Amino acid sequence: MPPIPGSGLAKGLAVTLRTMTKRTVTAQYPDVQPELPPRTRGVIALFEENCTVCMLCARECPDWCIYIDSHKETVPAAAPGGRERSRNVLDRFAIDFSLCMYCGICIEVCPFDALFWSPEFEYAETDIHELTHERDKLREWMWTVPEPPALDPGAEEPKEVAAARKTAEKLASQRAQETRQAEEAEQARQAERTERTEQTEQADRAQQAGPGTTGTVRPDSADTDRPSTDSPSTDHSGPDSPKEGKE
Amino acid sequence: MNDVLDVAIRLIIVFAAFLVLPLVVGQAEHKVMAHMQGRLGPMYAGGFHGWAQLVADGVKFAQKEDIVPADADRKVFQLAPAVALLPYLLVVLVIPIGPQEGAVGQVIDAGVFFVLAVMGIGVLGSLMAGWASANKFSLLGGLRTAAQLLAYELPMLLAAASVAMAAGTVSLPGILDSFEWWWLPWQLIGALVFFVAGLAELQRPPFDMPVADSEIIFGAYTEYTGLRFALFLLAEYAGIVVLCGLTTVLFLGGWHGPFGEDGLGWVWTLLKTAILAFVVIWLRVTYPRLREDQLQKLAWTTLIPLALAQIALTGIVKVAIQ
Repeated sequence: MPPIPGSGLAKGLAVTLRTMTKRTVTAQYPDVQPELPPRTRGVIALFEENCTVCMLCARECPDWCIYIDSHKETVPAAAPGGRERSRNVLDRFAIDFSLCMYCGICIEVCPFDALFWSPEFEYAETDIHELTHERDKLREWMWTVPEPPALDPGAEEPKEVAAARKTAEKLASQRAQETRQAEEAEQARQAERTERTEQTEQADRAQQAGPGTTGTVRPDSADTDRPSTDSPSTDHSGPDSPKEGKE
Repeated sequence: MNDVLDVAIRLIIVFAAFLVLPLVVGQAEHKVMAHMQGRLGPMYAGGFHGWAQLVADGVKFAQKEDIVPADADRKVFQLAPAVALLPYLLVVLVIPIGPQEGAVGQVIDAGVFFVLAVMGIGVLGSLMAGWASANKFSLLGGLRTAAQLLAYELPMLLAAASVAMAAGTVSLPGILDSFEWWWLPWQLIGALVFFVAGLAELQRPPFDMPVADSEIIFGAYTEYTGLRFALFLLAEYAGIVVLCGLTTVLFLGGWHGPFGEDGLGWVWTLLKTAILAFVVIWLRVTYPRLREDQLQKLAWTTLIPLALAQIALTGIVKVAIQ
């Protein structure tokens, strides 16, 4: 059946009337801040302690909006008779956000985790020159970078955590072996002693030494475990460590 | 002396209604449009539901610089907003809102003639503005306005004539006195034609092609700023009040309602006018703007034949009754 002529007009009226009775769903932005996901591309932050002036970010940038100046410094030899070493010192790190197209390639390529996305987006300026953020400003953005999202429950362990855990386990097993050897040596010594002393004294000794030696092995290995697994992970989660460093 | 006082009071009341009602319609338009389009903008000024939006608009208009273009015909240019606005004041003067003698500014025997003739003058304001601006866009807008008004004046007159024929009088209170409830279905086509043609006459969307801000940059009003522009806007809203009031009086039975005949007749008139004003806003939100050719086609091939058919129908029924 063909539609009744003019039914489209009536349908239009119905739509607007229905919309009028509905609640207006609009983000009231200046009054209420939007809830941005942690990977929002707002502005780029620099954690300059991690920067080695490798220039990868500036060279990969499609817009050429990253400006880096640096100079070389020689570090005196660490040990007498050693060689002097030279290293780059950052003089200027600036990003021109009037050119930046927020592709995030600089953050992707940075091998030392010196660049991060911050979700802050309210940095409009009245002068375009103000949009070139120098290193102090880029550092300020660093405090707004959120923590990296937690891994999925079934996710693979991060490489550095796995490596740290392996070394810690290795250390612990070494330590356990050493204590076991020491225990055996002690037992051997005790066996020597029993030959000389009386039967009652021997039984008391064995009771005291048994729990004492086995008790020290476990907490000892646990103590070595913890710092060795933790320290690489804090290094990795860049956003956290500067906060701790500042405080 | 008593007569002078009476006239003065009536003039003051009519003037007050003329100033207040268009503002009420304007405020309603802000809010209804905002709700219908799911916007929050007009809900902001002043706090609760944006009650101060219209005040803010007024302040904005008042503080703008008043510019007259160098090549403009100064006098005509400056006079145009007043010419656009004043006719509506004259029409408000004769619209009866209640059955009593005191509920009309002035009873005129040839009310329908007077009203339609005076409403035609309002158009002159747009033409004067378009011509005097010395701007080709304004001139084009003015010419389009003229073409549109020529086209829609005719169906409006024919529809009004049908009602006058039915009542056997051209006096507005006279038409209402002889109103019966079955006039509503009888004059339905005429009412639709009158209302639509009136919308086009006011250049309200969807018939705002001559002032299309995206096509010819606000038509005849391109060069107007500040308060003069506000006067044109006010004329538009006063026009809505007048059109809705006239439609109420001519086709919807004015002060006649299911109850409250004597004391509360004016409530019915105002209520019907308000509902029609809401419909005007509703149509504006819903429909896109008509193109020039569609606009002309609607008037000449749809509305005029419909109005003529209504007159024929009125005549037949009238003869049949007698």
